[in-house]
Amino acid sequence: MTSPTPLQSWGRYPAAQQTVRPLHWRTEPLPAAVPGSVLAYGMGRSYGDACLNDGNILLPTRELNHIINFDPETGVICCEAGVSLDEVLQLVVPHKWFLPTTPGTKLITVGGAVANDVHGKNHHRAGTFGCHVTRFELLRSDGSRLLCSPTENAGLFAATIGGLGLTGLITWAEFKLRRVDNALIQVESVKFRNLEEFFTVSAESDTGFEYTVAWLDCLATGSGLGRGHFMRGNHAGPDHTDCEPHSEPRLNVPVDFPDVALNHYSIKAFNELYYHRQLPRIRHAVTHYDPFFYPLDAINNWSRIYGRRGFFQYQFVIPFAKDHGAIREILTRITASGQGSFLAVLKTFGEVPSPGMLSFPKPGITLALDFANQGPATLQLFTELDAVVLAAAGRIYPAKDARMAPAMFQRGYPQWQQFQEYMDPKFSSSFWRRVTQPA
Amino acid sequence: MKNIILIGATSAIAQALGRQLAARGARLMLWGRSADKLEIVAADLRVRGASVDCDAFDFDNFAAHPAALERARKLGDWDAVFVCHGSLGDQKLCEQDFAAAEKEFRTNCLGALSFLTIFANYFEGQGRGTIAAIGSVAGDRGRQSNYVYGTTKAAISTFMQGLRNRLHPKGVRVLTIKPGFVSTPMTAHLKQGLLMAKPDKVAKDILKAADSGKAVLYTPWFWRWIMLIIRLIPESIFVRLKL
Ligand SMILES: Cc1cc2nc3c(=O)[nH]c(=O)nc-3n(C[C@H](O)[C@H](O)[C@H](O)COP(=O)(O)OP(=O)(O)OC[C@H]3O[C@@H](n4cnc5c(N)ncnc54)[C@H](O)[C@@H]3O)c2cc1C
Ligand SMILES: NC(=O)c1ccc[n+]([C@@H]2O[C@H](COP(=O)([O-])OP(=O)(O)OC[C@H]3O[C@@H](n4cnc5c(N)ncnc54)[C@H](OP(=O)(O)O)[C@@H]3O)[C@@H](O)[C@H]2O)c1
Repeated sequence: MTSPTPLQSWGRYPAAQQTVRPLHWRTEPLPAAVPGSVLAYGMGRSYGDACLNDGNILLPTRELNHIINFDPETGVICCEAGVSLDEVLQLVVPHKWFLPTTPGTKLITVGGAVANDVHGKNHHRAGTFGCHVTRFELLRSDGSRLLCSPTENAGLFAATIGGLGLTGLITWAEFKLRRVDNALIQVESVKFRNLEEFFTVSAESDTGFEYTVAWLDCLATGSGLGRGHFMRGNHAGPDHTDCEPHSEPRLNVPVDFPDVALNHYSIKAFNELYYHRQLPRIRHAVTHYDPFFYPLDAINNWSRIYGRRGFFQYQFVIPFAKDHGAIREILTRITASGQGSFLAVLKTFGEVPSPGMLSFPKPGITLALDFANQGPATLQLFTELDAVVLAAAGRIYPAKDARMAPAMFQRGYPQWQQFQEYMDPKFSSSFWRRVTQPA
Repeated sequence: MKNIILIGATSAIAQALGRQLAARGARLMLWGRSADKLEIVAADLRVRGASVDCDAFDFDNFAAHPAALERARKLGDWDAVFVCHGSLGDQKLCEQDFAAAEKEFRTNCLGALSFLTIFANYFEGQGRGTIAAIGSVAGDRGRQSNYVYGTTKAAISTFMQGLRNRLHPKGVRVLTIKPGFVSTPMTAHLKQGLLMAKPDKVAKDILKAADSGKAVLYTPWFWRWIMLIIRLIPESIFVRLKL
């Protein structure tokens, strides 16, 4: 059946029209004899067009939301691909288990977590989500159902993790959880005055803290360039006993904000306030996992504050370099452009290899920033940043991208041609057509 | 209310009910027509804390209904039943082809009435129990867009009024559930607007009503008032509306 309700991605750009055919049961075949290509759609938390299939068919997976098995002794969970991380947490936290790693929102599906091989604040310890996946079932358009694991159909296993939904439909996945004593996180927040200090704090934190991430004030210039807050945390110890999972958010952004709401001055004011809100250099607290990992989930539909034109996120990774020249240059360019970012998140990726053929993370430093869509000026800035990223042997995260040129993708992911051998001929996406079109 | 039979257990609303009952540690019996799907739902509910059995049979064969209850009773006593299966049907087709309408009546209405009959007698004999069935706001007034479906639901509602009247002195509770629009596979082809409720929300309302012994539940609550207005419109005006 066709649903007249249009599906979008999180950044609400680009606009796309697709026929929507929700999946109901994992045992059912893919919609047969449909014209064009198909693509699974989880919760649409990808920012750009990785979850869109303009002019073709989307298969929403959210009704594939059954748990298949969960062993509270071993912490192995097997569930359908449309189960959300939110639902996993609700189920497992009371049994003292936690996600092996989690992105900055819990409102994504397990299928989406695998297909973008998502990373979290513990990448330097745990690697990507795919590192914890033990096996899954892949339903291909020829009707075959393939069990994929590191030892069975290993090529498809590697291609599907981070495979952007292009190798077929993941019907279910099994993965290993992480033991915890409670639902709490012991947090420390450290203020750093510039980029140098960030790297010092980051290096000294990686050994003692499972979770590390920094919030950066992208509008600070000169000697303050790269100032911000470093957050580091560990699961709280057994002296705490609170195992309550999170509750539903109470705030909602019901309509689009007018386009003027977020301008340079309001962002600047916000960033100033945020930077100065903490007076002592280091602050300690014990907090629930929900505000620590998912501060933005507290407001439903927050992306509407960017108005109807939508917004971009720019996230790249570049390998470590002694002088941090590339990252410094990128920050300088963003500051100079005046197209400030509401959120700028800086984090180091560790050495744990990603199992996915096209996975984004690699050792180095990653920065993610939001930009309101101001048309050509914004796109021009990104093109400039791309050149710096590429020169530093970096690459951009497809889950966040709506605009990179084919060359940028193909040079960032030289394995892309090998990956094509594993693609399902019936599956495609707006993203894939864009980044593989001939120059 | 701990031992519960869910009829049409694969429906989105029944699954939401099942999950909330599982969180209470309920013992569930799932009835449906597809053994595969029932097993998927059962495994999920077990993980969530319920103890679960399933039984698959053809609902449209009414002779199979009493036998299913016999099999369930062999496993122990039951406190409540929720009749949740149903289909929206194709109104346009039913207008042209009564065979199609008859099929809707068989599944949606007669099947439900058959289940209600055997459970009324079972709970009456036991001297306690809760019978709940999902009707619909569509049964409150016949409208051109879905009066065949509406009639099946109106029949359930009237039948249950009578049952309630009959069983009240016997300690058996009878709950008629009238949902408005709920976002489920049944309504996937409709616009997912503001009036669309989530199955979770509807299930929560249903359990609360069943726990408190309510007779008729509109869910979400505002449908009681919407339907009051719709019922109050004089027929002379109503005939001119495109509803
Ligand atoms: C506020 C916010 C914070 C975020 N933080 C992070 C972060 O810290 N780290 C990070 O890595 N990402 C982050 N993300 C991005 C997000 O985690 C990914 O885009 C994720 O893949 C979204 O999952 P989804 O279920 O919404 O999938 P969608 O966005 O709907 O789809 C993503 C991809 O998965 C594919 N897919 C979905 N289900 C299946 C299936 N069953 N079988 C095959 N393919 C499938 C789709 O085809 C598509 O290619 C964040 C996003 C938001 C909105
Ligand atoms: N959704 C709404 O807006 C809405 C509004 C008012 C009332 N209702 C009522 O709520 C109840 C649940 O519906 P839902 O919205 O949850 O829909 P749903 O998810 O589509 O479920 C429909 C259920 O009915 C079963 N069914 C259909 N035909 C059957 C048959 N011939 N024999 C056996 N089972 C059959 C289906 O079984 P299979 O899984 O095996 O197909 C499925 O379990 C129905 O009575 C419906 O009329 C719904």
